Amino acid sequence: METVTVTIKTQPELFLEADNISPDAFAGKKAAEIVALHAYEGREQYTLGKYFDISGEAGATAADTRIIVKGDVSRVKYIGMKMSAGEVIIEKDADMYVGAWMQGGKLTAKGNVDAFAGIGMKGGELIIEGNAGNYLGAAYRGDWRGMQGGLIRVKGNAGSDIGYFMNGGTIIVEGNADVHIATHAEGGKVIIKGDAKSKIGGQMVEGEIIVFGGIDVMMPGFKYVKDEELEVDGTKAKFALFHGDLGERHPKRKGQVVYGKLYQKI
Amino acid sequence: MTATEYLIRNGYVFDPVQGIKGDKADVAVKDGKIVKSVSSGAKVIDASGKTVMAGAVEIHAHIAGPKVNEGRNYRPEDKLFTYTPKKKGSRMAGGFSIPTTFKTGYEYARMGYTTCMEAAMPPLFARHVHEEMKDTPIIDEGAYPVFGNNWFVMEYLKNDEIDNAAAYTAWLLNSTKGYAIKVVNPGGTEAWGWGLNCLTVNDPVPYFDITPAEIMTGLMKTNEYLGLPHSMHVHQNSLGNPGNYTVTLDSLKLAEGIKATNKFGRETVLHSTHLQFHSYGGDNWGNFESKSKEVMDYVNRQKNITVDTGCVTLDETTTMTADGPFEHHLTELNHLKWANVDVELETAAGIVPYVYSPDVKVCEIQWAIGLEIALMAKDPMRCFITTDHPNAGPFTRYPRIFKWLMSADARKERIESFKHSAKMVDATHIAGMDKELSLYELAQMTRAGPAKSLGLASIYGGLAPGMDADVAVYNFNPDTPHKPDEIEKAFSSAAFVMKTGTPVVMDGEIVSNGNKRTIWVDAKVNENPQVMRDIKDKFLRYYSVTLGNYDVTKHFLSGNPRVIEVDATR
Repeated sequence: METVTVTIKTQPELFLEADNISPDAFAGKKAAEIVALHAYEGREQYTLGKYFDISGEAGATAADTRIIVKGDVSRVKYIGMKMSAGEVIIEKDADMYVGAWMQGGKLTAKGNVDAFAGIGMKGGELIIEGNAGNYLGAAYRGDWRGMQGGLIRVKGNAGSDIGYFMNGGTIIVEGNADVHIATHAEGGKVIIKGDAKSKIGGQMVEGEIIVFGGIDVMMPGFKYVKDEELEVDGTKAKFALFHGDLGERHPKRKGQVVYGKLYQKI
Repeated sequence: MTATEYLIRNGYVFDPVQGIKGDKADVAVKDGKIVKSVSSGAKVIDASGKTVMAGAVEIHAHIAGPKVNEGRNYRPEDKLFTYTPKKKGSRMAGGFSIPTTFKTGYEYARMGYTTCMEAAMPPLFARHVHEEMKDTPIIDEGAYPVFGNNWFVMEYLKNDEIDNAAAYTAWLLNSTKGYAIKVVNPGGTEAWGWGLNCLTVNDPVPYFDITPAEIMTGLMKTNEYLGLPHSMHVHQNSLGNPGNYTVTLDSLKLAEGIKATNKFGRETVLHSTHLQFHSYGGDNWGNFESKSKEVMDYVNRQKNITVDTGCVTLDETTTMTADGPFEHHLTELNHLKWANVDVELETAAGIVPYVYSPDVKVCEIQWAIGLEIALMAKDPMRCFITTDHPNAGPFTRYPRIFKWLMSADARKERIESFKHSAKMVDATHIAGMDKELSLYELAQMTRAGPAKSLGLASIYGGLAPGMDADVAVYNFNPDTPHKPDEIEKAFSSAAFVMKTGTPVVMDGEIVSNGNKRTIWVDAKVNENPQVMRDIKDKFLRYYSVTLGNYDVTKHFLSGNPRVIEVDATR
């Protein structure tokens, strides 16, 4: 695997939209070609070379390419957007849309990321070692096809509206999460190891939410069913199972109505 | 200096108006009109080895107005990754199934379309429709106000008061600057206010106690009483339901015995739109099948009707119609988001996104039915190609439909890659059809035919001297062998398009915003104090706006109108 190091040298005056920082866009290119890839600042189009020093060269394919992003990229959006393979490591905080519509490969953000990380994600692994903002693994505005597959792991806390319209894949938040979890979900799994607040699983049709800590306010559309022993992300424990959202339509499979499942650790 | 004379030289010309079937010929243009010849100083456009046709005419698309805009508002995901930045001749544009007004104008022009009709204008929101049409560059546009669930219309027609219905229609066309009488799910949309629908032509409308058959017959008579340029334009009852073809035939039969009366050369009295959605057999989605043959056998025999296809393009799109109950039915089927509005005394509308998937049997059958209708048409001057944009797919897919209609190989390839290919073939006729549309037939179905049905045959859809200089040149040589995909490519991006004598597209790029006009009908009728009193009364009693805030005037109206005058005074 070849490594390209991307180091920020000039901070953008506005925010920078750099969806070209991805193994797919870099694949098969030398540093001199990578600096010529475009990036948008506001409505003007510039090149990556205006903002970044690029060293090393990419592998022949995305899978053979590792990108290390150095420096303060807290004003840079869309890093790793639509990446299908390979690896991206962001050493400090990044702005919105990290790993948005990601399809494969591995993206590690060592700092915090802002909102919309991993939205519309289809596959691959997104590791956030700091905190994540709102709309983590959510759907794009208006879309009913949120996260479809892959894994998102946040070692810190996450904001609100995570897993909005989720259809598949897994989101693990090792810290706490803000309001609205897996709203409108029709599949997938959200694990909150810390505390959750309120509006959990609103209008949820299918899928699973597992909360280890406290829940401030339970949605009225969830009904206690039974206690269950589960192993969740390496931890064995007893959980209370609730079915919901009972105010929403639910499909039938093999004669059984399928509900969204909300587990809370006892 | 802009040249006012052009000579489009040496192309293969296809013009049904003059009966030219691919002869090498020149098209001369002066001061925005086609002329017999031009001076030696005319600017020459070399069309050798290329196909030349008149600008195409769109007879039915939802491209301006409140429901189109609500579609844009509530589907941000339709715009995702579709925007193109502004260029020298064009503004920023985006959207897929519900493009921005700018993209609408640019994309129609790039395909060689120069005149388009907005298919459903709610009269109360006519101002919005006209504001959007004003903002849609290049193409001439008109809009059809909807009449089929209107309280005035139902009250007059229930008592067979055709002269009153005509006076009201003339008043409404003038107030809304509308073009034709549009009917959507006659009576059914109003019935839905009571939680009901009209699923046959004989289901009575609650309270008004009139049937869809009486509404359609009455409006056809009203249309011919006024002598409007277009015929009554109807979206029939029971759209989209298995087994609805019998309702379609019942509706079409209403035209029997009604004679076209107008000064525009129109010979038809009923236009049945997006026929694909109305040609279904079976009684559930399991035994759903094509009844295109039954419907088209009738259409081919009955000479006073025209139809358009409503071809399914197999895309993710946005359905939107004044058929409120249908959209509710659809959201119950696909569970996707639903927008809905009731328009006071006039109509309603609903919107639901829809994915026509090549992996879903019903969608595959729908795809076949749309194409079958076009392929079965015996008279291409009475059957027009549409997608009921955006309902069966976006209008930008027309070139792909042309490919499927012009190439049996392209259809075969598509059929073979369907998930339920064998089941789909059993339920349709498409696999056994080897007809391939000629370029001449294509020009009939997209130019001369719709222009004639609209009563605009002397202005649009042909290349005869005196007609508007709307000309499209395509990179397509009919004399050399070609692959099916080359058809799609050529018609997606015209080599040259001229609109009223102004070049608007060169090599697929927009070079001018043209000289767009709004077309509407000004019908004169005898003074009718009763109708005027009824209008004032209903506005006082029921409408949420006053008469003074209703009509399309001043800045709402395009500064470049084309008024079609009709004198129906007796």
